[in-house]
Amino acid sequence: MKFQRIFALFKMDIKKTIREPAVLFIVILFPLILTAAFGLAFGSLGSSESSYSIAIVNLESPSGPWSQALIGNVTANQVFKPIDYPDNNSAHFDLVQGKIDAILIIPQNFSKSCDSYWNNPLNASKWINITVELYVDSGSLIATQAIPPIIQQILITTLFGESSGGAIPLNLGAPSLIAANKFSQFSFMVPGLFAFAAIFLTMTVSSTVVEEKTNGLLRRIYVTPTTPSEFMLSHGASNMVIAGIQTALIFAISTLLGFKPAGAVGWGNYAMVFGCVLIFALGNVGFGLIVASITKNSGSATGLSFIIIIPQMFLGTYVPVPQSVAQFVPSYYVTDAVTSLFLRGAPISSPTILFDLLVLSVVSFLIFLGGVLVFKKFGKT
Amino acid sequence: MIKMLDQPEKEMKQLESPRGLKLRNNSGIIIKNLVKKFEDIMAVDNLSLEIQQGELFALLGPNGAGKTTIIKILCGLLQPTSGFVSIGGYDALKEADKIRPLIGFCPQETAAFNFLTGKENLELFGNLYGMPKEILKANVEILLEKLFLTEHADRRVQKYSGGLTRRISLAMALVHDPEIAFLDEPTVAMDPQSRRAVWEFIRELKQQNKTIILTTHYMEEAEELSDRVGIIDNGKLIELGAPKELNEKHDTKSLEDLFIKITGKKIREAV
Repeated sequence: MKFQRIFALFKMDIKKTIREPAVLFIVILFPLILTAAFGLAFGSLGSSESSYSIAIVNLESPSGPWSQALIGNVTANQVFKPIDYPDNNSAHFDLVQGKIDAILIIPQNFSKSCDSYWNNPLNASKWINITVELYVDSGSLIATQAIPPIIQQILITTLFGESSGGAIPLNLGAPSLIAANKFSQFSFMVPGLFAFAAIFLTMTVSSTVVEEKTNGLLRRIYVTPTTPSEFMLSHGASNMVIAGIQTALIFAISTLLGFKPAGAVGWGNYAMVFGCVLIFALGNVGFGLIVASITKNSGSATGLSFIIIIPQMFLGTYVPVPQSVAQFVPSYYVTDAVTSLFLRGAPISSPTILFDLLVLSVVSFLIFLGGVLVFKKFGKT
Repeated sequence: MIKMLDQPEKEMKQLESPRGLKLRNNSGIIIKNLVKKFEDIMAVDNLSLEIQQGELFALLGPNGAGKTTIIKILCGLLQPTSGFVSIGGYDALKEADKIRPLIGFCPQETAAFNFLTGKENLELFGNLYGMPKEILKANVEILLEKLFLTEHADRRVQKYSGGLTRRISLAMALVHDPEIAFLDEPTVAMDPQSRRAVWEFIRELKQQNKTIILTTHYMEEAEELSDRVGIIDNGKLIELGAPKELNEKHDTKSLEDLFIKITGKKIREAV
């Protein structure tokens, strides 16, 4: 394996991206335009200036001090416009009609449950366990993603007060969740956009390689001492650089449009975001090589690429999809990791991040390896 | 505007070869009982042939005769169905890695990276052959000059005419100064001036004792340049020898007449 050959092909690939308008559009301009469009369309939605109508159904009769405190805290939170409802059914009717965004049901013995905790804070067996029901409009991205953590935070604040002292055993790390009430709908889309841009590398790689195959350039390269591994490594390296540039540009544009990571996000988080996207890019290069190996022209390569792109795009990026479904596409792990790093303020050593990174690395490596093997076998002609 | 072909200063400059690998025993090309079948089509039918080092050998035949298939097998792009091929003293099937640095391949299609300039295409292929920077730079300059491409060197290939693209494609095959060059229809679709320039350049390569295998539809090209010609039809070698000898043997005035006489068809009727 000779670095000179890999670097020569790498430079050629980068020049193609810069000089070919179609490639430049797909790889750089398209993600930027999409980010800008999403930022302009959704940047103002769900921001701190917006509020969400939440129905409060208080089943305590008579209303106890703790339920009054909870209602007071919900009212005090600027994110919500609380509306009292006499019963669950009428609230559900309005939720289905889209008149409200969520329903909070305060159960009958809410105050007793809180009292039971404070009477025996260290003895869980004496607590009266209850469930506060929350119904959220599933059609609203911001409602599904933002309201539950905010309500959870309000519950904690209600029980413990604004400043929970060291003696209180249930400190749930509330400050990171409080930041959620400042996120716009766009903020929840940004992590998916990082993955979204890299997904399209499948198409650019496949159509580029198929084009090289059909116009005889690949044959020329194969007559030189260049090995298939050198050829594919150069493609992997150039596309990882392109993915890095995409990530930086998307971050810059989204920041200009109001995206701001939660709390104090360290350099490690930024590095991890780049790392995840680059690893994911390698997997997509692998997909591109597989597609290029089994197709005969750039039209069919583009078509087949979309069969890989669409599920990744809709199941693993900015569209809210249940985890049980999303976990089957690699893009989900990038989006989840970036969401944790940027929106949840998770440290890079947190189990969630490490798990996402592990799955992403293994899957991307296997796809790239698969791409190399399939390309070696079928990609020459 | 294309310059005069016989400028004296060009004679002084020669391509440099950076390789460690050399031809084994100064061997050329040996083909024994070569067969290539595509399903039920016999593309190459039991071909046996020896080409000496330093020889310029032309493969002639109409479209579909099997010329390009033979070239692809010799370059390692196709696996033969059966038979033996030795290039530069190395077994083409078992020692392909040793053969690649020795050969240059100019395909029939004008295969160059359109988004690169002519010079960048040459540099890319020089780097793929692992050439040292200084030698590569010198060879690029020489080739650009010899093929009258200097003034177009920094333009992207997508803006080249067909003739310019073919010349840059030829230069890409020769930038590493190969011992053996496979030139598959190198002058097809070229204007007469460009063709003459390429002929002149091929003659220079021959003077440097390079082995050249040329496929062509142009009988005058084969007659002008080659030491020997092999006439292929339906995958079979039907005649082999020096143009003059063959014309004498068949009592014909040109290879064109010879081809009609022995195959019953014109070589370019399918073009």
